[in-house]
Amino acid sequence: MGKLTIPQIEQKANDIRKDIIKMLLEAGSGHSAGPLGLADIFAALYFNIMNIRPEEPEWADRDVFFLSNGHCVPVQYATMAEAGYFSKQELGSLRKLGSRLQGHPEREKLPGLENTSGPLGSGLSQAAGYAYSLQYLEENTHRFVYVVMGDGELDEGNIWEAAMFAGKNKLSQLIAFVDRNNIQIDGTTEDVMPLEDLKGKWESFGWHVLEIDGHNIESIIDAASEGRAISYRPTLIIAHTIPGKGVDFMEYNYKWHGIPPNAEQAKEALKDLRSLGGKITHEGEGV
Amino acid sequence: MSYPLNPKLYGDDVELEPIRAGFGRGLKAAGEADENVVALCADLTESTQMHLFKEAFPKRFIEIGIAEQNLVTVASGLARAGRIPFTSSYAAFSPGRNWEQIRTTAALNNQPVKVVGSHAGVSVGPDGATHQMLEDIALMRVLPNMVVVAPGDSVEAEKATKALAVNGKPSYLRLAREKTPIFSTTDSPFELGKAYVLKEGHDVSLLGTGTMTYQLLVAAKILEEQGIHAEVVHVPTIKPLDEEIILASARKTGRVVTAEEAQAAGGFGSAVAEFLSSHLPMPVKRIGMYDRFGESGAPNELIDYFGLSGPKIVEQLEDWLKRTPRYHQND
Repeated sequence: MGKLTIPQIEQKANDIRKDIIKMLLEAGSGHSAGPLGLADIFAALYFNIMNIRPEEPEWADRDVFFLSNGHCVPVQYATMAEAGYFSKQELGSLRKLGSRLQGHPEREKLPGLENTSGPLGSGLSQAAGYAYSLQYLEENTHRFVYVVMGDGELDEGNIWEAAMFAGKNKLSQLIAFVDRNNIQIDGTTEDVMPLEDLKGKWESFGWHVLEIDGHNIESIIDAASEGRAISYRPTLIIAHTIPGKGVDFMEYNYKWHGIPPNAEQAKEALKDLRSLGGKITHEGEGV
Repeated sequence: MSYPLNPKLYGDDVELEPIRAGFGRGLKAAGEADENVVALCADLTESTQMHLFKEAFPKRFIEIGIAEQNLVTVASGLARAGRIPFTSSYAAFSPGRNWEQIRTTAALNNQPVKVVGSHAGVSVGPDGATHQMLEDIALMRVLPNMVVVAPGDSVEAEKATKALAVNGKPSYLRLAREKTPIFSTTDSPFELGKAYVLKEGHDVSLLGTGTMTYQLLVAAKILEEQGIHAEVVHVPTIKPLDEEIILASARKTGRVVTAEEAQAAGGFGSAVAEFLSSHLPMPVKRIGMYDRFGESGAPNELIDYFGLSGPKIVEQLEDWLKRTPRYHQND
């Protein structure tokens, strides 16, 4: 698909956030903060960074995307619908009986998903397995493997097993994002189980590590580009994000990790998103 | 269909070989047949007999280190990329430690990840209870999409490995460490999902899986001398169960005994009991480990101590056979 300009991607990210709010309201359960915080990264991935064909999800030459923190899948569904993998109408079926949009992603349910995840800590390994296949078994150098992990998820031992494996094998086609939003269910990451020095940890495992503003589309695209250029090392992009980004009353609040908005809150959230946090006024316009 | 048995079966000169050795040969053969077959090991390459594959196809062998969670999840990613990954470790560690990863990324994800658990059962011997995996059959057979196979000897293990390489499904292959008598021959049939009548009889059905089939053949020979004509059925595929063969044998004999070198609860015997209870309810005696762990000792000593050798199985059955009437269907 054609690559969009940065302002166009920013607009996509905002549309994705609105869809997330509507989906979660309709579903009546699900996670708010993480998906909202990841909207810019997903918009950048699907509308610029990745070489994909939404109309041909199994296209043999595609880049592949693994979601490790499966609970953030509403942002992936909303992005995929925006990109044309399926109709936006289907977003309303999230978490409902018979839906292809399961509460946590299931590969076999929906074309375009590369893995099944939910229990944390296993997505990086799956991405690493795929990247290993490209680099060593297929000797394919032009496809890339992207993965998004949560930061709370880094408590899992499986992540560090995968980090060692990718470092050992110099998986240069593997580009991983950590959604560094500092929250997990029981509180802030540094209270629950401190992760810092996060950059130093990954560097010591043999990774090329970048730190970026996870809401700056240009930074996200540049970081992925740098990751593709780096040889002999996998790349980790620590993307600093604001949980609940775009919705004033959700931002920075860990209590929004695992709950959806109610009707009143959704209305308020959509108002925030339509006005881009108050920067655009819609006087006299119903929300 | 007749099942050719090793003519030396009951002799002192019966060939012995670890079941895992057959896996090693089968994996190499599977690698020759399809270049998509890859092997991953968690620092136990020679123990699990993956070294044969590694020597033949060094590029397709992936050393994971002592990291069983990563072992199966990297395999899941490889499978997504079109490879057919065989993973191996001791059964106590894989699927013992990484069951959730197997559940989510192999079973629910429905990828053809092959989990090979070596050193299952008490016959691991001196290493003791920590390494004697007894719960793996129960853990794996309850997973949707999963195929579960426990070959009876090394000759069958080779055939089973080749079959699993082409079945396209997440699968568990259970292997034993110790030298085990070879009861089958290269001409004996093996097909996933099939059970085989090794000896016909009409007084009781003895259903065995893995290493226990040989012990049941020995038990049946002793019972024969006592005038009890036992039918011995070998069930290498625990899931999916060969319901037709099991039902036919049960209908004929009216009494069923199962045997496995694993917990008697939740495993192969339970699978048989679950099936018969809804199709042809009848007495089922499950032989295995009775809600206890193993312990250190010599392999044969332990098999005997826990009542799993042919003669000890006969002892376990004597009283049961006397007081358990054969079930007769009225229809």
